[in-house]
Amino acid sequence: MFRKILCISTLLSVFMLALSTATFASSEVEGGEENKTGFIMHHIKDSHEWHFATFGHTHVTLPLPVIIYSADRGVEVYSSTDFQDHETHAFGVEHNGYYINEHDKLHAVDESRSYIDLSITKNVAMLIIVFVLLLWMIFSAVRNYKRNPHGAPKGIASIVEPMVLFVRDEIAKPNIGPKYRKFTPYLLTIFFFILMGNLLGLVPGAANLTGNIAVTATLAVFTFFMTNLNGNKEYWKHVVATPGVPLPLLLVIVPVEIIGLFTKPFALMVRLFVAITAGHIVILSFIGLIFVFESYAVGVASTVMVVFINLIEILVAAIQAYVFTLFSAMYIGQAVAEHDHH
Amino acid sequence: MDLIIPGSGLIIWQIIGFGILLFILGKFAWKPILSALDERETAIEGALKAAENARNEMANLKAENEKLLQEARLERDQILKSATETSAKLIEEARTEASKAGAKLIEDAKAVIETEKKAALAEVKNQVATLTLQVTEKLLRKNLEDDKAQKELVQEFVKDLKLN
Repeated sequence: MFRKILCISTLLSVFMLALSTATFASSEVEGGEENKTGFIMHHIKDSHEWHFATFGHTHVTLPLPVIIYSADRGVEVYSSTDFQDHETHAFGVEHNGYYINEHDKLHAVDESRSYIDLSITKNVAMLIIVFVLLLWMIFSAVRNYKRNPHGAPKGIASIVEPMVLFVRDEIAKPNIGPKYRKFTPYLLTIFFFILMGNLLGLVPGAANLTGNIAVTATLAVFTFFMTNLNGNKEYWKHVVATPGVPLPLLLVIVPVEIIGLFTKPFALMVRLFVAITAGHIVILSFIGLIFVFESYAVGVASTVMVVFINLIEILVAAIQAYVFTLFSAMYIGQAVAEHDHH
Repeated sequence: MDLIIPGSGLIIWQIIGFGILLFILGKFAWKPILSALDERETAIEGALKAAENARNEMANLKAENEKLLQEARLERDQILKSATETSAKLIEEARTEASKAGAKLIEDAKAVIETEKKAALAEVKNQVATLTLQVTEKLLRKNLEDDKAQKELVQEFVKDLKLN
């Protein structure tokens, strides 16, 4: 297993290097000194177009749909190219009362206008890719189980099964206890989604989906609801009237416990966001060094470093998926535990 | 700053996407996979248990066989031993019987011989007596052919009688 991961990661790194160097080597030539590393933040953040590479003055870009919902005008759908200058392909052009600013954010010309930006951004497109790939992967495994229910897993199932077993036996069972069956599907979904998002995020040209705070926040909120909607009497008693604590202390403990309800998912959100975003920044920074120094020696050294950090990032991808799932399981476990351990 | 401000659109898409994923996978993927895994685990556990049982049974059988064999061997030894003993005893008995019979035969023979001998002796005595009588008769007849001799003998007898 480890060997396979190593091989795949090395291949991925080489591929990424080839592509990213091709991309940035040409795109940054025209930019100024400070623009040489601007691509880092541009990659980390969401965008209304999917930019793959630039060769000279040709941009290889996938324009994405811009969807806006407002009470008065209903749903409006535009292409992101509608907001771009035809010559420079830079955002900023006004279209039907909207424009996309230099930070790739949609704004209305009329400041007081209220609308919801439902655009298929780069991250939403990435989400759809992860969604489709996950469904394909897991349902291939399901087909295998249906065809061959008692045999050894084959094909995709042999990749999915160890992870399913890991989540079930190492995360759900020990942390949730006897009621683990009810929550295993949730934990499996969250684990596979984060793992897939993390790993696909490392593919060159891909979006930083699981390193986006909106995504991690949503996942954390799912865990928050999963935990608190399933909390039993003892759990809530522990929160609002901690047993064995004298009354004056309760005045302090109860607010802390209530804040604790929210800090748990908050920590989940921040941990995943920071770990993945930081990894991307480190890799891109090493690549950026090449263009800052414009030296072959630095290029070789950076490339070696990028390969190693990519390997580490693959590890981090798995660890973060594990940690998010593990903590979700622990929170759920605390909420459904039958006996008070305090 | 907008790095840590979540975009509303992405949140909505993420809720929709992840929600659907949770629903579809939970309903149609994890259930069959987990139940297949459970089934397989119980099947494997059952098979292992059955194998263990079979092995134990086999060991038991083997032990039993060994025991039976041991018993059979012991029995055989015992039978052999008793057979030898019996035969030895039989031979011994036969021998003593034979010698006893022999001795008795000899004794009987001796007794027969003794009686025969006695009979023979008696016969011989009778014969001798008869012969003697005949000889005596003949002798007497010859001696008493003349009267004178007869008178003398009678005289003698009478003389003897008187004396008595």
